[in-house]
Amino acid sequence: MARYDRAITVFSPDGHLFQVEYALEAVRKGNAAVGVRGTDTIVLGVEKKSTAKLQDSRSVRKIVNLDDHIALACAGLKADARVLVNRARIECQSHRLTVEDPVTVEYITRYIAGLQQKYTQSGGVRPFGLSTLIIGFDPYSGAPSLYQTDPSGTFSAWKANATGRNSNSIREFLEKNYKETSGQETVKLAIRALLEVVESGGKNIEVAVMTKEQGLRQLEEAEIDAIVAEIDAEKAAAEAAKKAPSKET
Amino acid sequence: MKLDTSGLESTAPFFGSSHELNDGFSAVPSFEIPDTIDFDGFQKEAVQMVKPAKGTTTLAFIFKEGVMVAADSRASMGGYISSQSVKKIIEINPYMLGTMAGGAADCQFWHRNLGIKCRLHELANKSRISVTGASKLLANILFSYRGMGLSVGTMIAGWDETGPGLYYVDSEGGRLKGTRFSVGSGSPYAYGVLDNGYRYDMSIEEAAELARRAIYHATFRDAASGGVASVYYVGPNGWKKLSGDDVGELHYEYYPVLPSTVEQEMVEVAAA
Repeated sequence: MARYDRAITVFSPDGHLFQVEYALEAVRKGNAAVGVRGTDTIVLGVEKKSTAKLQDSRSVRKIVNLDDHIALACAGLKADARVLVNRARIECQSHRLTVEDPVTVEYITRYIAGLQQKYTQSGGVRPFGLSTLIIGFDPYSGAPSLYQTDPSGTFSAWKANATGRNSNSIREFLEKNYKETSGQETVKLAIRALLEVVESGGKNIEVAVMTKEQGLRQLEEAEIDAIVAEIDAEKAAAEAAKKAPSKET
Repeated sequence: MKLDTSGLESTAPFFGSSHELNDGFSAVPSFEIPDTIDFDGFQKEAVQMVKPAKGTTTLAFIFKEGVMVAADSRASMGGYISSQSVKKIIEINPYMLGTMAGGAADCQFWHRNLGIKCRLHELANKSRISVTGASKLLANILFSYRGMGLSVGTMIAGWDETGPGLYYVDSEGGRLKGTRFSVGSGSPYAYGVLDNGYRYDMSIEEAAELARRAIYHATFRDAASGGVASVYYVGPNGWKKLSGDDVGELHYEYYPVLPSTVEQEMVEVAAA
């Protein structure tokens, strides 16, 4: 098997593309990222490893704009992400120029996934080591969308999803607790999901909220702390409620 | 340098395609330059040769119910009428029409090519392309062939999500959005009738009659226009051909010959 992971243009005897699978490993080692779609709000949350004291935290934004109405978060190799984001931003403007319309979320996701796939079928290159979560509102219909792409170049739409470290636990939590939400409820659900695997606190998570009217808004640390406090309070109340009845036997 | 036949190629490239990892922008289409001493002079001559050929009358306008498109059907080569039955309204797809003025082959080929690109857009994006997008695709292609002797003066009319759409696109690479256009050698005459009779709230029949009359008047005065006046309507459910009337017959409809009293009858001379 070791012979089949040098030049990725070859399959292994049992049908694997090892470089793609190794890229997925790189994703699994990246920061946790979660996306939740509501009826009028879509939220992206990313784990923030504590920034070094001398580092300017504004230069390490993990949730980026691709256009006024589309945003992206990713897990994996951040340098690869930069290249992919730049190409996607150009494509968004090129689309606006050639058809005089902003891109739909599906179109730009298909473009990014297509780009990731190209690098799994060329000589001498390695795949991009990242999975992306792409959110946005379609220009005319206004429908909210959340898509995920991965190093193999596949993509699909989700109501809520997670990628990166411990994404399985986050996804399990979301599967158990997902319901149609809107506005602040969607934000809370996303943060609750992320807190399953990340230490509690505003300085450990980065959250961005997208609405149709206002586009992408990055939440301040203080705001996140406030919501986290709310969530903790709700959890404590739920715990108390559970314990109380059993005492009244 | 290769002619742009991207609309006709299959999408899966064979191995060896050199533009694998490029940004994905399509290369500018181009073709081989002919072997002449003075290429600029040759170009100018070619353009002059084709210029008078926009011998036609086509018009289109947006009104309350949608878009009305009309054209004549005469093809002329100088003073020779080569055909009285040319289809100058081209059906790009069931909800978009293009008109032909200029080189017939140029218009037919590029409209067909545009139809292919529109269908590919539909298949890839699961929704119809807008009239804006389609006209822009055509305008960009024509711009890249600017100066190479294409002669196309076309109007793209259709109905999309945003309602009725009408664009004028030509081989100089120009593209204009508008509500009333007429293209061709007979257009001044058509504009006269069209601009005079136009109202936004017309019924479909009124609009069709206005379009028909405008084409008729243009064919009456312009030698290079004639044949049959075709009128098409584009509505929310697509286009529909409303009428195709011979302009000679239309003339006698609009201006019937009044019978005059006979003063002297001719009698047969008795055989000597």
